[in-house]
Amino acid sequence: MSAPSKFRFVSSDRRVREDRRFVVGKGRFAADIVPAGLKHVALVTCPHPAAQIVSIDKSAALAMPGVHYVLDGAELAQATNPLAAGLDTPNVPRRPLAVDVARYAGEWVAAVVADTRALAEDAAEAVAVDYDPLPFVLDGEAAYRGGVLVHEAHGTNVLLDRTFVWGEVDKDFAASPHTLRHQVKWGRSATVPIETFVVTAQWDPWREMLDIWASIQMPKYPDQAAMALKLPMSSVRVHYDVDVGGSYGVKRGIKHTVLVGYLARRLGMPVRLVEDRLENMRGGDMHGPERNFDVEVGFDDQGIIRSMRMRALDNVGAYAGRSPFQLGKPVGAIVGPYRIKSVQYQAIAVLTNKTVQEAVRAFGQSPTNYAIERTVDEVANRLGLDRLEVRRRNMIRREEFPYLIPSGSTYDSGDYHTVIDKVLAHAGYEDMLAERGRLRAQGMLAGIGIAACLEPSGGNSSFEPLLNPKVGTTTWMDSCRISVDLVGSITATMHTTSAGQGHETLVGTVVGEVLEVDPEAVRVVRADSLNSLPSNSPVGSRMAIMLGGAAFHAAQKIKDKLIAIAAHDLGVPAERLTYKDGGVFDPSAPDKKRTWTELVTVAHRYIHRLPPGMEPGLSVSHIMPVPGGGGLPTADGRVQMYPCYSFEFHLMLVAIDPDLGKPEIRRYVIGHDCGTVINPKIVRGMTMGGIAHGIGAALYEEFAYSQDGLLMAQNFMDYLLPSAHEVPPVEIVHHETPSPLTVFGQKGSGESGYLGAPAAVASAVNDALRPLGIVVNSLPMKVTRLGDAIAAAREGKAAT
Amino acid sequence: MKPAPFEYSRPSSVDEACALLAADDGARLIAGGQTLVPLMAMRLARPTRLVDIARIPELAFVRDEGGRIAIGATTRQYVAEHDPLVRSKLPLLARVLPYVGHGATRARGTVGGSIANGDAAAEIVLVAATLGATLTWREGGNDFEMPASEFFLGPMVTALPLPACLTSVRFPVWPERRVGTGFHEVNARQSDFAFVSAAAQIALDTDGRCTRAAIGIGAAAAIPLRLDAVAEAMLGMPFEEAKVRASAMAALADIEFMADLHASADYRRRVALTLAVRAIADAFQDAARRV
Amino acid sequence: MKVELNVNGATHVAEVEPRTSLLDCLRDNLLLTGAHAGCEHGVCGACTVLVDGTAVRSCLMFAVQADGYAVTTVEGLSPGPGELSVLQDAFCETHGMQCGYCTPAMILAAHALLSKNTQPTREEIVDAISGNICRCTGYAQIVEAVALAAERMRGQNLPPEQP
Repeated sequence: MSAPSKFRFVSSDRRVREDRRFVVGKGRFAADIVPAGLKHVALVTCPHPAAQIVSIDKSAALAMPGVHYVLDGAELAQATNPLAAGLDTPNVPRRPLAVDVARYAGEWVAAVVADTRALAEDAAEAVAVDYDPLPFVLDGEAAYRGGVLVHEAHGTNVLLDRTFVWGEVDKDFAASPHTLRHQVKWGRSATVPIETFVVTAQWDPWREMLDIWASIQMPKYPDQAAMALKLPMSSVRVHYDVDVGGSYGVKRGIKHTVLVGYLARRLGMPVRLVEDRLENMRGGDMHGPERNFDVEVGFDDQGIIRSMRMRALDNVGAYAGRSPFQLGKPVGAIVGPYRIKSVQYQAIAVLTNKTVQEAVRAFGQSPTNYAIERTVDEVANRLGLDRLEVRRRNMIRREEFPYLIPSGSTYDSGDYHTVIDKVLAHAGYEDMLAERGRLRAQGMLAGIGIAACLEPSGGNSSFEPLLNPKVGTTTWMDSCRISVDLVGSITATMHTTSAGQGHETLVGTVVGEVLEVDPEAVRVVRADSLNSLPSNSPVGSRMAIMLGGAAFHAAQKIKDKLIAIAAHDLGVPAERLTYKDGGVFDPSAPDKKRTWTELVTVAHRYIHRLPPGMEPGLSVSHIMPVPGGGGLPTADGRVQMYPCYSFEFHLMLVAIDPDLGKPEIRRYVIGHDCGTVINPKIVRGMTMGGIAHGIGAALYEEFAYSQDGLLMAQNFMDYLLPSAHEVPPVEIVHHETPSPLTVFGQKGSGESGYLGAPAAVASAVNDALRPLGIVVNSLPMKVTRLGDAIAAAREGKAAT
Repeated sequence: MKPAPFEYSRPSSVDEACALLAADDGARLIAGGQTLVPLMAMRLARPTRLVDIARIPELAFVRDEGGRIAIGATTRQYVAEHDPLVRSKLPLLARVLPYVGHGATRARGTVGGSIANGDAAAEIVLVAATLGATLTWREGGNDFEMPASEFFLGPMVTALPLPACLTSVRFPVWPERRVGTGFHEVNARQSDFAFVSAAAQIALDTDGRCTRAAIGIGAAAAIPLRLDAVAEAMLGMPFEEAKVRASAMAALADIEFMADLHASADYRRRVALTLAVRAIADAFQDAARRV
Repeated sequence: MKVELNVNGATHVAEVEPRTSLLDCLRDNLLLTGAHAGCEHGVCGACTVLVDGTAVRSCLMFAVQADGYAVTTVEGLSPGPGELSVLQDAFCETHGMQCGYCTPAMILAAHALLSKNTQPTREEIVDAISGNICRCTGYAQIVEAVALAAERMRGQNLPPEQP
């Protein structure tokens, strides 16, 4: 039995208010919004991995019925600025449509506008593009070495190559009796939401206003759209009351928006682009990290890891975007949950002729966690020690928090050993070991997977100045506005879109908690970008902390104002008064009280009874910075990355039929500690979904390319998303170590499950393969690849 | 992802459908459309006219013809899946039908459509090849029939002439009392097309010796493979894994296995053998349960 | 071409090209936007509707093929404005969704199951929704919603065709 909650609504198992509209099909997704006279875009895409665009003949397409326009890259480039890039790479310009050279198969070359999407596709086929194919490079290491250049003017394929040394790495290695070095690979996959990217734009020349409805999850989206379109930001109105059909990081769509925004203005017609699945997979620029790790650790006989050298090379595709920053965020948890004293970290981002990357759930942390956890497993194996015991020995202990890691971040709180103990007790670890033994005795390969990982949360942007000294953006805020109207109803406003995270429920719960009113009575609405307070959108597992925090503080301001009004009206010092259930009273003189209705009436109507100088009405805003945010990196690259650190511990059992190579997850238990849980249903869903996604990344999903540079997994028959069949039941063991930095002790959970699931699956599979003497250090571990590896190992054994 | 434009016709008879096909080289039949429509959506198929035969009454049936069960070409897969005749007389087909796509695709997809597509990874195709079904079609007012062994020619290529309309698939019924079946497939996800599949149907005498056997391998090569040599080697024998394995290995030795994004040729070769042995073992066991 | 469709018990006449999918016709002509496009090639299931009570992919069916059938979309499940069916309510109770994009299709697939099977096992529920990809939830709370709805419907002794 858990202790009675200190909260009234926070942490209680309440319904998610957004759900009601979704179950009846009344979500308002971007494709559901259809302005009168809407025209449709289809894209002409490059069929080569690299090609000179010799000519574009639009005449046949323009002559087709219902066709309004064919736009090419040259015209668009003339009228717009290049898209913003994260790094200082002016010679790697990125534009919505290729100009002169196309650099990956599927890159957009021209856009057709027609009365219907079908007619636009007909016309797109009729646009005759003459290509002169160019040499290309697909492999990240080859691109790093040189040879074919993706962008000639940049002079190299390297966007980023920076080595950080935190602590006495060489000395710590020299003092370590053992070292281990290995390579692990994270394959190219992404979050692949079921809704593709959708954007509709409408230009009103009389008001000089570009209205945008888009399925976005993106910080600084209106700013970037306005800058690229050369419009004042006050002429771009992004509507945030759009439900986003899944994102998990990738729904950025800035190039889509600049394209459609330009067309809407150029043609004087509302225009929309609904990516189809082929456009989305090939040219939607939403692929995730593709990362080669080279990890070396120095450790002692007890398995205590003293130092780590990590080289991470990410193949970011043909243009820069923000994706190289995904090598920066992991700096904030570069040692995972372990007391590794010193670290050398080389972060490399290289260009290749593959589709452009975008931010994917966990922003690079999940691949890094996978590399760390594979390494810890191998350290244990090398010493013949238990993998759990090695983790326990290396882990930061509860009493050591707040804990400063070598790269400059301080972990706020944690109790890793307790979470592990709880998971082992729940799972019956001895029974799992016995089950593994039974399976092995039956001729199966069986393995136990273990992964212990952190989820940095709260969403700072310190990786920007860390990797690009020209950028001073150190931190991000989020905001909430609350108005109590003159009849006493409460409306809270948020300033961004949501993609299933339940932010309306979050705000309602927090405001209800503070003001002691039924959360269901709190209306939560979304502003558009022109009447918004600053927000940085739901990225980096930040909204429980940041939007929840902003709502808390705004509600607190309302409460303070109500108390001040009551104090003045009653002629009693404010300190004597108590707020309860919306009313204010003096506990020492209970007849001295003002009800909610009375206070609201004073605020809105009886202005003469307000304290002198107080603003009439009951509207407040709060703009909250990230706790502990705002620091610039030191010269050696130490900086506080995210403020809060959730912990997850995965334990699973996998059985593999050795003749088929097909892994089957027999048991899956996760211990999860994200501090105070605001809504248990939401947090559980996030974790389950993250695990499913992680299983996909570990076993099924890969943007595979052919040798001739074409994306082979470009539809849902070849890019394999886990179905209900593939996701096993998962047991969650809950633990709460509150964060000292947040209003309720909450931490982030938006990426939970995904942080460790790939590492856990890899751990289990490798534990299963160990008796064969083989290691698989490359994701995804597809059935047939495992089957081939197992067969080769068995043949090798038979031969020797 | 919208198809190229086309005309649509819904004839009320097979002959009318054939006439529409004969009049337009670009015309194609549609019944369930579960394979054709995705290809059209990606514009990999561009029929000028779709001739919709889904509602022609004479094409949807399951009939006992004595010694064989005839299934009309446009019989929905989920109808066949739940049909009592299929369940009682065609145990191998009944066994594989739940593996065909998903419930939602079986609701529209047809038995004949699967055969006409001729995908070697399709379960219905595998059963037709394994049991030696007969395919019938109509063309120019005449009826034709062909054994499955001659019908499947290559990857998604069959002997069905373009202006013809497949009318039925006739599966032989095994009259033996002790008939058992086995089916295995490997795929990445449970409902995907198989990388390799194997089907077996075995009849046993009262002593548990094999009196008849049919074994097929799907998805591994360009067309479904029937391993007749393996079937013959088992005649008169109880199940002996080592012998079955040896004969299956020999039968698979000269096959050219496919390689693609999802599986190597070596994988398919190895797993074809594994699954063949497992399917046969299951079929023996299944038959042995029947008295 | 003109096509006459029976959707949610009402007859609608729409003018469509032969190549217009049932999905696009429902969304663009009939303004029933609960059915969603996910892949448009028959894999993700976001476009699922019921045709004569059985779940099908509306992206793999042309509108001109759909006359004469009873088509049910998610808009046809709600008993009245502001009211939820037992199944819809169960999805809210377990939070069997996040972004809501696959949800209408998921509910229709579950509805089709429960109309034929009032006591589905976990395996049967998993199988019934396995043709519908959800990227948010990992399916656990969806499976729980369907099981909860089945339990509540048995408790209420509702006729099986009205989950």
